[in-house]
Amino acid sequence: MASRVLWASRTASYLRISTFNRGFSTVLKDLKYNDTHEWVKVDGDSATVGITDHAQDHLGDVVYVELPEAGSTVAQGANFGAVESVKATSDIISPVSGEIVEVNDELSNSPGLVNASPYENGWIIKVKLNDAAELDSLMDSDKYTKFCEEEDAKH
Amino acid sequence: MNLHNAKKTALPIMNLVKMQGVPILDQLHLEERLLRSDFKNWCILNVGTPQPTIVMGVSGKPSELVNIKSVIYNQVPVIRRFTGGGTVIVDKETIFVTLICSREAVPLLNLYPQPIMSWTGTLYHDALSDFGKFHLRENDYVFNNLKFGGNAQSITKNRWIHHTSFLWDYDVKNMDYLKHPPRSPKYRLERSHEEFLCKMKYFVPSKLIFIEKTLNSLQKHFVLRPIQADDINALNIPYAPSSRLLTKEELEKELLSTTA
Repeated sequence: MASRVLWASRTASYLRISTFNRGFSTVLKDLKYNDTHEWVKVDGDSATVGITDHAQDHLGDVVYVELPEAGSTVAQGANFGAVESVKATSDIISPVSGEIVEVNDELSNSPGLVNASPYENGWIIKVKLNDAAELDSLMDSDKYTKFCEEEDAKH
Repeated sequence: MNLHNAKKTALPIMNLVKMQGVPILDQLHLEERLLRSDFKNWCILNVGTPQPTIVMGVSGKPSELVNIKSVIYNQVPVIRRFTGGGTVIVDKETIFVTLICSREAVPLLNLYPQPIMSWTGTLYHDALSDFGKFHLRENDYVFNNLKFGGNAQSITKNRWIHHTSFLWDYDVKNMDYLKHPPRSPKYRLERSHEEFLCKMKYFVPSKLIFIEKTLNSLQKHFVLRPIQADDINALNIPYAPSSRLLTKEELEKELLSTTA
């Protein structure tokens, strides 16, 4: 068992992911995170946004994603869409501000991508950033991992 | 029910609105406004809606959920509401109970669907277990394995709503407007509506007793402050609700899409 844990943590380090003991949700090192469990991947002045593995795990099976329109704007901290799971709609809160340049229309046919691949095929929107300085207010992977642990410990 | 008690016991305040026969669309509009644009906790009670009305969840597709031809022919209103969940047909014998809460209202409650459903389940267990074998079963309220209450929720950054339609009584013929849904709970076991549902009136002595027991259960967690429905309109809450009535044209288009 100890050697399996050691193997897992070495592999995780190689793949640039971190795992924490409780919950086993994945957190990717290159992303930034807000406190409502959305992630953002930045590439110049473009950003891709989705919900984290922690979020999808707590939401349950996603059966529908309410998507915004390309061309509309998002504001950091404001909701821009919703996911439906277990008889509930849950708002998706944007970690950044800007114009939505692309929406993942695949989610209309396959909402379960949010569960199966939250950081890859389950991405939700792509945004042209207004203000890169907003990223400073987001958490890095270590802070987000700790945030999730503390949140889970409280409940 | 006074503010002095609130301070003494440190229970949060919940505004209580009791309504009778308010149309379900108006109720949904009120709820969405209070969820999105207000910061207080609310309990909304509405006894009955004037005419039989079909209410689908946010992602509901009429072609999958509703017998569209007979709905159009009999002019049964179909609403798409802002919360998740399934499809119900409600009427003047349905009792609606809605809870709208801020994050801190229920200590240590994690704002995700399952924990909220579980917490509200304990509330109703407290209210109803004297009357039958009450369970929260796959997100429905049941006596034994017969459903009498359907739930739906919506969760924002710092607030949540849990609303329930309780089948005090119903006309079994109205259930024919609803199809067997593509996603149904396992415990339903392919049963028809008639075999799957039950009427609360056969378990609880009166509507008044049900309401009283529910409010007693709520008062263990909140100090209830009665508010007149008219006073809410005076709050002038600006929000454009999304719950809406589907048009005849939309229903006809859905019908065509299934027959094409």
